Amino acid sequence: MLDIHQLHGPHFGPVDLHLSAGELLCLYGPSGAGKSQLLRAIADLDPHEGEVLLAGVAQRTVSPTAWRRQVAYLPAESGWWAARVGEHFSAMPTPEMLARLGLGIAILDREIEDISSGERQRLGLLRLLGQQPRVVLLDEPSANLDPDSARLMEDCVRGYLEQHQAAAIWVSHDPAQRARIANRTMELHPKELACN
Amino acid sequence: MQLIELSAHDLGVAAGLVLLLGVLLGLNGLGLTRSLYVATARMVAQLLLVGLVLETLFSADHPLWVGMMGLVMLLMAGWEVVARQQRRLRGASGYLIGVAAMALPAFTLTLMALVVLVDVAPWYTPQYAIPLLGMILGNTMTGIGLGLNSLNRGAAASRRAIEAQLLLGHAAKQASRSLRRESLHTALVPTINMLAVAGVVSLPGMMTGQILSGTPPLQAVKYQIMILMLIAAATGMGAMLAIELGARRLFDERQRLRLDRLTTP
Repeated sequence: MLDIHQLHGPHFGPVDLHLSAGELLCLYGPSGAGKSQLLRAIADLDPHEGEVLLAGVAQRTVSPTAWRRQVAYLPAESGWWAARVGEHFSAMPTPEMLARLGLGIAILDREIEDISSGERQRLGLLRLLGQQPRVVLLDEPSANLDPDSARLMEDCVRGYLEQHQAAAIWVSHDPAQRARIANRTMELHPKELACN
Repeated sequence: MQLIELSAHDLGVAAGLVLLLGVLLGLNGLGLTRSLYVATARMVAQLLLVGLVLETLFSADHPLWVGMMGLVMLLMAGWEVVARQQRRLRGASGYLIGVAAMALPAFTLTLMALVVLVDVAPWYTPQYAIPLLGMILGNTMTGIGLGLNSLNRGAAASRRAIEAQLLLGHAAKQASRSLRRESLHTALVPTINMLAVAGVVSLPGMMTGQILSGTPPLQAVKYQIMILMLIAAATGMGAMLAIELGARRLFDERQRLRLDRLTTP
C-alpha cells in the first residue's frame, strides 16, 4: 500500500520500506536518528529526496492537501489553533469514539489550555482518524499516557487499521508495547535504516 | 506673516538640551547616551544634507531629478523595513518584498495626489512632490515593517498550530489565515490610532509646519486631511500587499511551512 524508495533528508536515510494494508510497523531507535524527520517527509511536511507512493501513486503527483489527508501524521506534540477543543474537529467525534479512548463528551467544550498533554494526544489521534486516512504515522502517541490509556489507544488504532484496511507506522520506545501491537519492527540508525 | 528664521545660536541651545539628557542618562547608568548622540548627529547630518539636496532640486526643477530623489528615498526605506524585522526572509526576496509593497501604493497615490487632487503644474513640482512622497512613504514604511516583523515572528512562534492545520489537509492559505490577520492588525493599528487622535491629542507635523510659516489654519487643515487619508490608504494597501507576498514566501509549492527561509534571530 505504501512504498518508500531511497527516501532521505538532511538528518535521516536513505530509507526503503513497504507497508501492506492492515499492517502496523513499529519504528524505534536512538533520539536524533531522524524518526520524526522520516515521518514528516512521508507526510510531505519537509523537503526531501526519494520517492513515496501510496497504492502506486507518487506523492509529487498528488496535491499536498489531498496527500496529507490520506497519509496522516500525528506529531509527538500535537498542534492546536483555536480556543476550545471542539473547534478543531471538522466532524464532531461521537461519545462512543471518545469513550474508546477513555474520554468524555464534555471535553469538547473545554479550553485547550486546560487539558493535559495526554488528553491532547488522544484528541489529536481522534481528529486525525476522523479524516479517514489510509496511512497513519504516529510519533510516540502514547508517551504521556498511563498504561491503561495507552492500551485503549493501541486497541483503537488496531481497530481502525482492521476496519479501514489502513497501514500505520508507530514510533515506540517501549519493547513491551512493540511486542503487543507490531506486525513488524524496524530500527532507525542515524543516516541509515536496518530492518530485522 | 513671515517665518522667523532660526539662528545658529537657537539650534545650539536646542542641542544643549540633548547633551544634557545624555549626561543625565550617563550619570544614572541607564546607557543609551552613545545611541542618543549618534542618532542626533545622524539626524542633523541627514537633515542638513537633505536641505541642500532640496535647495538644488527646487532650483533644477527637472522630472528626472525628482524621480531620482524618489528612488533614493524608496531604497533607503527598503533597508529600514529589513532592519525592523527580527527575523526576515533570507536572500533578496526579504528586501524586494518590502520595496515592492511600498513602491506600488506610495508612488501611485503620490502621483494621484499631484495630478488629480492638488493639480499642481507641472505635476513633478518638487516643492509638492517630495514632501508628499516623503510623508506617504515614511508611514507606509512603518506599517510594512511592523506587519512583516509580526508575520515572520508569528510564523515561527505558531509553527505547531500552522503545521497541525496543514497535517489535517488544510491549504497553506487557510492555515496562515489568523497569522496574516494578526499581522495586518499590527501593521494598521498605529495608523488608525493616529487618525483617531489627530487634532485632539497631537497636531500633525505638516499642518503645524504650514501654520508656522503663515498659512491660514483652515487651509492647512484641508491639506492635513488629504495627507492623512493618503497615508491611511497607502499604509493599508502596502501592508496587505507585503503580508500577502511574505506569507506566500513562507510556504513552498508543496504547501510546507518553510521556516528555514527566515534568518535566525
